[in-house]
Amino acid sequence: MSTARTEILARLKAASPSSARPPTPALIPKRGQAKGPARTAMFVDEAVYGLAEVVRLKQWSDVVSHVAQVMADTGADKLKAAPHPKLQNLDWSGIKIAYGRGQDDDLVGLSVAYGAVAETGTLVMRSGADAPATLNFLPDVHVVVLQVSDIDANYEAVWGRLLKDSDQLPRTVNWITGPSRTADIEQTMLLGAHGPRKLVIVLIDEKA
Amino acid sequence: MSFFSQDNPQCHDFLNGAKKALDDDRLQAQLARSLKDGFQKKRLKGMSRLPEYEDLRDRAKAIKAHTLENLDTYLEQFEAQVLAAGGQVHWARDDAEACKIIIDICQSVNAKTVTKGKSMIAEEIGLNAQLVANGIEPVETDLGEYIIQLRKEPPSHIIAPAFHISKEQVADTFHEHHLKQVQGRDLTEPTTLVHEAREELRQKFINADVGITGANVLVAETGTGLIVTNEGNGDLTQSLPPVHIAVSSIEKVVPTLDDADTILRLLARTATGQEMSVYTTFFTGAKRDTDLDGPSQFHMVLLDNRRSELLGGPLHDVLSCMRCGACINHCPIYAKVSGHAYGWVYPGPIGSILTPHFVGVDEAHLLPNACTMCGRCEEVCPVRIPLPKLLRTWRGRAFEAGHPGGVQRLGLKFWAWFAKRPALYHTVVRPAVGVLRCMGKARPFDLPAPQGGTFMDRYKKGER
Amino acid sequence: MTQTLKPKIGLFITCMVDLMRPSVGFAALRLLERAGAEVVVPDTQTCCGQPAYNSGDFADARHIAKDVIAAFEGFDHVVAPSGSCAGMISKHYPDLLKDEPDWARRAEHLAARTYELTQYLVDHLDLKEFLATFDHSVTYHDSCSSRRELKIVDQPRTLLAAVDGLELIELADTETCCGFGGLFSVKFPDVSNAITKSKTQLVEDTGAEVLVGADLGCLVKQAGQLNRSGAKVRVFHIAEILAGLAEGPGIEGDKP
Repeated sequence: MSTARTEILARLKAASPSSARPPTPALIPKRGQAKGPARTAMFVDEAVYGLAEVVRLKQWSDVVSHVAQVMADTGADKLKAAPHPKLQNLDWSGIKIAYGRGQDDDLVGLSVAYGAVAETGTLVMRSGADAPATLNFLPDVHVVVLQVSDIDANYEAVWGRLLKDSDQLPRTVNWITGPSRTADIEQTMLLGAHGPRKLVIVLIDEKA
Repeated sequence: MSFFSQDNPQCHDFLNGAKKALDDDRLQAQLARSLKDGFQKKRLKGMSRLPEYEDLRDRAKAIKAHTLENLDTYLEQFEAQVLAAGGQVHWARDDAEACKIIIDICQSVNAKTVTKGKSMIAEEIGLNAQLVANGIEPVETDLGEYIIQLRKEPPSHIIAPAFHISKEQVADTFHEHHLKQVQGRDLTEPTTLVHEAREELRQKFINADVGITGANVLVAETGTGLIVTNEGNGDLTQSLPPVHIAVSSIEKVVPTLDDADTILRLLARTATGQEMSVYTTFFTGAKRDTDLDGPSQFHMVLLDNRRSELLGGPLHDVLSCMRCGACINHCPIYAKVSGHAYGWVYPGPIGSILTPHFVGVDEAHLLPNACTMCGRCEEVCPVRIPLPKLLRTWRGRAFEAGHPGGVQRLGLKFWAWFAKRPALYHTVVRPAVGVLRCMGKARPFDLPAPQGGTFMDRYKKGER
Repeated sequence: MTQTLKPKIGLFITCMVDLMRPSVGFAALRLLERAGAEVVVPDTQTCCGQPAYNSGDFADARHIAKDVIAAFEGFDHVVAPSGSCAGMISKHYPDLLKDEPDWARRAEHLAARTYELTQYLVDHLDLKEFLATFDHSVTYHDSCSSRRELKIVDQPRTLLAAVDGLELIELADTETCCGFGGLFSVKFPDVSNAITKSKTQLVEDTGAEVLVGADLGCLVKQAGQLNRSGAKVRVFHIAEILAGLAEGPGIEGDKP
């Protein structure tokens, strides 16, 4: 163990009185306690407030044609998708799709959200074999498929899900609330700083 | 007046820095436009959308208070968790140690370029200068930081480092530095500037050997650090290169993820009025074997740099700061002088409390005095830090160290001497007031004309 | 509704009123007496100690605080026509003397009995009407001490609302400091004046004929700037308005 570590901890121990923590239940605001259709509605409202585009589709199979439209609108001739089984199960005939991590020349990227938080219209992505984090940031347009059943009311619930089967978090958990932006030039907000300039959330009613 | 750097503070030059800012009409217009109608209005809107805001402030304050009483325990827990997740933890007592650790890591992988997410800690330790001195090129990726890096200027705000720069100045800077772009292109529209920066920095992100970020919060229970950005630059910085170094000061830790949620419900809301920063990214250790991307090496550098000295002392509460910038955005002095006048890394009220601690009271005594004690800062601080009280503590130390000196000190002592001797006071002030009345424009300190007589004298004489 | 027992009030004049504008003191006196109080003006008062306190000279500040405590013991209440002085006594004296238990106790006792004028009239005496007339448009300046230390916002407005003929036009921004800050205006004059100028611009923007406030320091500073800008705005302390003494050119109105 390093000298610096020993010294710093010793100083802290000497200066910190050390106290037990009283039971501290999470302080979840009312808007983080929505249920059912109200929760979905809140997610949509907040996501739109955060400048995401939200599309609601009935089933997974509807995703393909919507993505094709996004590609056409973007002028993209190919698609990069996360190697997620729910995407791989779809019929992508007619679309040049590659599965893998994000690359600089990806115009349109397609991911599946691990979950979402209605409170602030936030998507929750986590890194894994089926979910490369780079795909969340490199494409020009990011399309994220989210099942309505995967929308949680608050952040605390998503942590609960993530830590249910493992007490270790993945390398990356991204909360994404809208497309990339900056106000660094005279405090004027502009989209598409380094991350995607457009975020399309495809909300699916079907629970696959 | 020269720009400050981490090891060359210009706090002593505050009056000149302030004058320069006051004489800069464009800067004054920018300040007027972006503070009251910008940050302040946005924060109010953000608050209005969350009725529980006040309760969350109390909770955040309690989280910080508890954590600071148990900092060693939580840091040890944090370290254990980072190690379990395949990361490495380094402890640095001061800025030099932190820089050395970071440079050693960079050199161990023969790094030529490193991308950087915005980090005030990196500014505090003067990291970029050290990297350059060791033949490593740092590339700032936050647009504001990128701009000031090109212009060789220090940041003027902790959230918006290029706050003081106009879009014309950015265009000039890009014309000067982006030599691969088409000559004579039109950069008058801010969208073109953002586009160009995105293009220029893309390759840097991809080619970087190491990515260095700060951390807004550290979570002890899972060994997780988190950064908030709106651009996504911090994410590209930490996910593309094979090595990710995160550097954070030790007081940023909180016990649990739920605690982090509380801080996050307040942070962006208070800083910019947003519900949540666009990208709130939690990083835990290095990439897992099954991950498709991510760094294979993760290094967490924990920096003390004199924070342990503040624990339990009169300035203890300043350690609760979450670096939201609200105090800066609401300070009437900052609104006129902007950030550079403060002469070091941190401006505004929080800067005026931190800076004397780092650079000494002889260098920085003007800062805590450059304040009207209006109390707006404390009013808006999400964790209710008693900023005016801490500023006054520094005034006490400055006074003991001989500041102010000269005529001001004489005047203060003179006044106090009389104030303690009522009979003498009231005898002397009566004619003094008379003299002041006659002096006209020659009155010192731009004092106004007294009405005439003193209340006590006129009252004694029977006036009612 | 006035008190049935005549409260005995110690009037804390404040050094600014004493030296710069005694009429404010006489106005406060009148108001309190009209409200049915017995008002005493202890003659050993000089200053509340803020200049020393805010300059970091805590030793002198403590000495002065003790003098004030001693001078004002024995009154039912202490009233000051100033948010900053009332704030100094009620919010800072206890902290200033916390290391001397006996004085700390006496400071707490004084703090609990000390009020700013409008606060006293409205909150404590429940007296909002003084049969005053002031046929002018007025805008109101909230001092930072009143607003943030003492949480006084409604009380002066309640009092002005009862003044016959007075039209209150609020400033577009009632929260930002005027830039006086006591010795700040002397130590950092350029910055102070820039802040004051922004404030007085707002005053002029209301179109009001008169600027009113409850802290003389703020008013004097703004009056000076209004003069420099050539604005035709008269400036008075609220006590003067309520006591019917707001006549003539007002604060800084006549320049000898």
